[in-house]
Amino acid sequence: MSRITRSHSARPSSAFPWSRSARLPRRAALVGMLALPLAACAGGSDEDTTDTTASDGGAATGQVTVTDPWVKAAEEGMTAAFGTVVNGTDTDLTLNGVQTEASPEVQLHETSSDGSGGMSMSEKEGGFPLPAGGELVLEPGGNHLMFMSLVEPLEPGAEVELTLLFEDGTEVPVTATVKDYAGAEENYSSEETEEMEGMGSDVGGMEVMDHEGMDDESTEEAEGE
Amino acid sequence: MTRSPRSERSTDPGRRRLLLAGTAGVGALGVGAASVGVDRALRSTPAAAADPLIGGDTVPFHGVHQAGVETPAPAAATFLGLDLREGVDREGVLRMLRLLTDDAARLTQGEPALADTEPELAARPARLTLTVGFGPGLMRRAEREAPAWLAPLPAFEIDDLAEEFTGGDLMLQVAAEDPLTVAHAARMLLKDTRAFTTVRWVQHGVRRAHGVTRPGSTQRNLFGQVDGSANPEPGSEHFSRVVWIDEGPFAGGTSMVLRRIRMDLDGWDEVDRVAREQASGRTLDVGAPLTGTAESDQPDFEAVSENGLSVIPEFSHMRRARGVDEGEHQEIYRRPYSYDVPPPAGADAISESGQVFVSFQADLEGQFLPIQRRLAELDLLNQWLTPIGSAVFAIPPGCAEGEYLGQSVLD
Repeated sequence: MSRITRSHSARPSSAFPWSRSARLPRRAALVGMLALPLAACAGGSDEDTTDTTASDGGAATGQVTVTDPWVKAAEEGMTAAFGTVVNGTDTDLTLNGVQTEASPEVQLHETSSDGSGGMSMSEKEGGFPLPAGGELVLEPGGNHLMFMSLVEPLEPGAEVELTLLFEDGTEVPVTATVKDYAGAEENYSSEETEEMEGMGSDVGGMEVMDHEGMDDESTEEAEGE
Repeated sequence: MTRSPRSERSTDPGRRRLLLAGTAGVGALGVGAASVGVDRALRSTPAAAADPLIGGDTVPFHGVHQAGVETPAPAAATFLGLDLREGVDREGVLRMLRLLTDDAARLTQGEPALADTEPELAARPARLTLTVGFGPGLMRRAEREAPAWLAPLPAFEIDDLAEEFTGGDLMLQVAAEDPLTVAHAARMLLKDTRAFTTVRWVQHGVRRAHGVTRPGSTQRNLFGQVDGSANPEPGSEHFSRVVWIDEGPFAGGTSMVLRRIRMDLDGWDEVDRVAREQASGRTLDVGAPLTGTAESDQPDFEAVSENGLSVIPEFSHMRRARGVDEGEHQEIYRRPYSYDVPPPAGADAISESGQVFVSFQADLEGQFLPIQRRLAELDLLNQWLTPIGSAVFAIPPGCAEGEYLGQSVLD
């Protein structure tokens, strides 16, 4: 993940103030959030450049926080959750599970090149490592939290409660916003393809099982560096 | 050319200072000593050398009022008229407004929206503002009573309204100094409203680009007229009285009239300067009343020419708008944009142009309607103007952090 520092230097306040979730105790986490500087406009260049601000997200906050958690809207079947998990503690952690009432099973997925120009995704063996002071970017085309079977439709603008479970017993509650999103239609590794076909029946009616998301991603990478 | 475009140079330092306050990132109303210094620098230095990049400039999102009304009108605007999909209920409306509010809070501050697929395009906000307006349909779905004035305007004789530019349940005004920024923000908002609404109309408008004229100058329309001289000055008490509603659920909000007015440029071409000035009541060079020499001069409606006719004719736009001969006077705040789109395919016309007329007023029935009635009844300019679209929206007040736009109205 070369772009791991992309988008977490600061966030403007939003209508979802509770979305920046935090490890317990919650009050301390909220204080940490308030200390974030207001969004600074990227200065310097006269054209848009990817924010390369060094990652200071969460370091020394003493907590695990999640920046901008969101879930792709879907009527049924599968969908995925994204966001940036920041380990502000001085302990190496491993994310090895997720609980949510929205889906009885949630898998941790990683995405990798399938060797033919596309990408495929598969369950991450052993969970995602999250080193002390580091972070884990969950995004379309990359690592993500896979909701395997929705209990009910996730509609745009709704909120989904989930809990990140770490190997050492740490639990981090997160409130994610449901977004209408056309991408995140990654292919699945061959043995899983059939059972995965339910994903993508979102409210916008897009049901394209192709490489679109991946193409965007590679372009962004190319221009961002 | 002996005519100098003085009218597009504001001579009012107060207004200019106000506008510059935005560039300093201290908020539209944060007028301070520092901005006076900036003002002076701009006046005494060649524009090219003094003008910094403005892509990073932001207008505060949270506040008592929504941005995009009292905010100096930037160069580019897209107005979106949306209709709620069948089955979207109160709960759906509120979910949609939370998404829109979150998008606006981020994008206006130069941050990508949540799940923004083109985050780099969000990095240059260029004074982006996003303003939300409610049509009567939205109030109904949200199960809240619409104010009595929130309804289509009465039909006027001069109207030739097209359905595709009329009405709407929800209005989004997206405006910035940069059209690319506007395009990205509008698309992001549309992606987040897609599940709730369909697009009824899209209207693009332009004003002078940043740095072309002094901030605060009255703009010219495509007839070449200085248009909007009588506007109350943003930031003034006067403006507040004219524009902001002061009680009820919409307190801190306002009413918006948005009309698409086709301007017959081909017909206007046939009119000489004297007749053009008689039609408007103002000079073309600086926008002075025909009885004066400067835009800010008070018109003398009593003045008569040697042959006994009013210098500012009874049929002129200015005289009619002001209600001089009716003994009444109302004010509104106009924030229009020009449009210039391709002529209909196969038509003989070489252009299809006009104005996205936008006005804000606290009391639509008491302020806007009397003016509109007088102008519809008699205004020589009507000969070249045809309203082809019309909509009325209630602009809810601004919101604080953690609130959504319209919360005070819909809660």
